[in-house]
Amino acid sequence: MTIFVNGKPVQVDDDPSTPLLWVLRESLGLTGTKFGCGMALCGACTVHLDGKAIRSCVAPLSRAEGKHVTTIEGLSANLTHPLQKAWIELDVPQCGYCQSGQIMSAAVLLAENAKPTDKDIDEAMGGNICRCGTYPRIRKAIHRAAELASERRTR
Amino acid sequence: MTLLTASEKHRHWKGAPAISRALAILGCGVASALLAASLTARPAKPDTAASRAAFLNVYRVLTSPRCQNCHPAGDAPLQGDDSHAHLQNVKRGKDGHGVYGMRCDTCHQTANLPGAHMPPGNPKWALPSPEHKMVFAGRSAGELCRQLKDQKQTGGRSLEGLLNHITNDDLVGWGWNPGEGRALPPLSRSETVAQMKIWIEGGAACPE
Repeated sequence: MTIFVNGKPVQVDDDPSTPLLWVLRESLGLTGTKFGCGMALCGACTVHLDGKAIRSCVAPLSRAEGKHVTTIEGLSANLTHPLQKAWIELDVPQCGYCQSGQIMSAAVLLAENAKPTDKDIDEAMGGNICRCGTYPRIRKAIHRAAELASERRTR
Repeated sequence: MTLLTASEKHRHWKGAPAISRALAILGCGVASALLAASLTARPAKPDTAASRAAFLNVYRVLTSPRCQNCHPAGDAPLQGDDSHAHLQNVKRGKDGHGVYGMRCDTCHQTANLPGAHMPPGNPKWALPSPEHKMVFAGRSAGELCRQLKDQKQTGGRSLEGLLNHITNDDLVGWGWNPGEGRALPPLSRSETVAQMKIWIEGGAACPE
């Protein structure tokens, strides 16, 4: 079947019931998306399906047929997405394992809400767990990314 | 009066002239027909007590985890057989489908995933809209009964509409196919529908 990954059509021959995460990581070599719990409890495997966040560890490949999947590798071509810039500026990650999922969820938040409050961030990010406890920096970086995106729009 | 034994009565009957027996049989038939006609012609009086009792059975189903977990009092769905607030700070959202990257279908698929306590699924997975929350959790039987009859709260759904919702809605039907690790409601779906019909036909009487 054909799926579109980071803007490009890709033919995959995995079983349609295979979790999308394994297709991305094992068949396509896109290892930026992480396996955390395998039960949609932690958010480490978050990717976008037609612009909406999904947990790729529980989404069957069949769900993505003919649709656009965006992974952390496809968020921007050269680390220029405001979230990536803010993440680097504030040195958010500690171990880093959950961070691609965090950024992908934050990207959906900012796409729908250009200036989120702390409450908006709490509601949007509650499904992304960080064992290192980098939550204060994640929140700060989302606010910073909102600023950077605003500056980009007004420039 | 002479008391006859059963065998003597039988003999007595057998000994009666044929015309008498025929008249007796005809008379019984006419009487039965008249009785039946009088029962069907008289408008049935709603059985309020049966209606109220049936609602209490329906109430047991509606406040079971499989139903009330998607009819919570707040804006967070409930989960588990103990109806705890959904983990991950999940919220109802403007359309009942969640917020931002925390939509219902971020995690829930169109069918249950195999394995105990894996995310359950249905194509319609959602909470009621914020305009018509249809809260079940924490309602007394009387409160919930009156709420179901209030079309301002049901979003314009009549009792017939509610019966149709319980009988045919795909997401409601999920409650009786909840996947591994989740208790079933106390009555089957067909039993619940039957009790709901008794409740409605008896005048939709409410417990105090």
